[in-house]
Amino acid sequence: MAEKEILLNVENLHVYYGVIHAVKGVSFKVPKGSIITIIGANGAGKTSTLKAIMNLVKQKKGKVIYNGEDISKKGTHEIVARGLTLVPEGRHVFPNLTVLENLLLGAYLRNDKEIKKDLEFVYYLFPRLKERKHQKAGTLSGGEQQMLAIGRALMSRPDCIMMDEPSLGLAPIIVKQIFDIILKLREEGKTILLVEQNAFQALKISDYAYVMETGKIVLEGKAKDLLNDERVKEAYLG
Amino acid sequence: MNWYLRIRKLIQKKFPNNKFLHRYFGLIAFIIVGIISLFIGNHVNEFWQRLIILSAIYVIMAVGYNFSNGVAGQFSLDPNAYAAIGAYVAALLTMSPETKENVFILEPVMKPFDKIQLPFLIATLIGGLAAAFSAFLIGIPSFRVRGDYLAIITFGFGEIINVIANNLVSLTNGALGLKGIPEYTTLAWAIGWAIFSVFFLWHLTNSQVGRILKSIREDEIAAEATGINVFRWKLFAFTLSGFFIGIGGALFAHYLTTISPQVFTFFLTFNLLIIILIGGLGSIVGSAIAAVLFTFAFEILRVFEEGIHIGHINIPPIPGLRMVVFAILLIALMIFRPQGLFGDKEVSIK
Repeated sequence: MAEKEILLNVENLHVYYGVIHAVKGVSFKVPKGSIITIIGANGAGKTSTLKAIMNLVKQKKGKVIYNGEDISKKGTHEIVARGLTLVPEGRHVFPNLTVLENLLLGAYLRNDKEIKKDLEFVYYLFPRLKERKHQKAGTLSGGEQQMLAIGRALMSRPDCIMMDEPSLGLAPIIVKQIFDIILKLREEGKTILLVEQNAFQALKISDYAYVMETGKIVLEGKAKDLLNDERVKEAYLG
Repeated sequence: MNWYLRIRKLIQKKFPNNKFLHRYFGLIAFIIVGIISLFIGNHVNEFWQRLIILSAIYVIMAVGYNFSNGVAGQFSLDPNAYAAIGAYVAALLTMSPETKENVFILEPVMKPFDKIQLPFLIATLIGGLAAAFSAFLIGIPSFRVRGDYLAIITFGFGEIINVIANNLVSLTNGALGLKGIPEYTTLAWAIGWAIFSVFFLWHLTNSQVGRILKSIREDEIAAEATGINVFRWKLFAFTLSGFFIGIGGALFAHYLTTISPQVFTFFLTFNLLIIILIGGLGSIVGSAIAAVLFTFAFEILRVFEEGIHIGHINIPPIPGLRMVVFAILLIALMIFRPQGLFGDKEVSIK
């Protein structure tokens, strides 16, 4: 781990919802160009962790360092501008806007001439989106909406993409496609932080993984090791 | 808006190389509509002319209101406040010092206003800017909440402005209101401003700005995760909306020539809300057309109050019956077309 440059460093992160202490001091590191996974059951605090990194939840403590800069007090839009983006859970697309409009909004913060090139790149990754570019996003199938959400995140030219349960509620073949895309993105030099319940699939493509339970990281290790770990097998792989 | 697209296609076929025509087709279409309504307005009697002016004023306020409520999806209930601010500010600026001295019998008018008299256009603009500024100030605390809570908070601000209008006597003359406002709102002014407002907001809605505001309406979390500064854009939409409603209020004051706090109660908000619902939330052209329909329907439905004789059936004149008919029409619309006449569809530029 040490030889690679650390892109995202989370130190002792706490998240509160009123009196509920949802994330209790989580620390982890995301090296550049790797795929890191956080697995865990419902309510373990995975989504809260991601939202806290993006500053989408306000009640939090702890340090988030991205690219050597403390971003824990920055607004969400400022964080996106620095190259860190989130594909939210449950496919948050803009249902009444067309696919193309959704993608163009992803490039909201950019003002360069390469938007068109990136649009072509997204279409290359997801040919279905090109076929349906003038269709309203709300009329797409679940898998296509997930592709659109990822595509929109890519349009901001992020260095690091955080994905919250990209496989949620999708057919196995679509899940495989999504994971293939994640691998392809890594080849393109992107760094990926994945949060998944689909532990088996996620661990297969990851470099390093953390296991969360009730707001804490209880286990971490190389993804391959975790795949064979008895405790992980028992809890998540069945 | 089929006819619009059809004409557009025809023109593209006839003049394939005229770039000017293609780029400004929307603007030209709006100007033609304006000229036609000006022409009609000049050739009908005063009753209808005044009705056309009134509907133009409603168009301005409705498209302004729809911009924040429909396009940006921020459900607010205080356009009456901005109309009132625009109206009072502009009226205070156009009234002559002598009139003001005569009107303000309870307390003399506040200092800078007792000597100022400005031309109509400048007064209207200042009225609009004052309304925009107050929308900006009200927006800052209001946008800490969303949805129903936002509606309640803005409703409160609407009432506060009304109370202020009743009690800040040295500026508003209290419940007596302002009288003797010069009747500056002619047909040309009203239609000119209406065309400008509709075109400006329509153009904005079809641009990247419109896309950003719509994304906030659709899904705030996703918009934020995309890097959009949601709070700032909401405030922008709200302020711009306040500006146009204020302009509408200023024209309204110089149309009525007498304003008082009773003109700007929640009833005005309610009317505007009906208009934008009829036209379709988020459709600028839709709410413009709905504003015209609404104003005219209110007058035309008066026939129901004159008593109806069909064969042997005699219905005696019943005052207020038109409101019942109007309500029935509204209910029918909401059943058969809940998304409004235009839904959120806009006449697109492409």
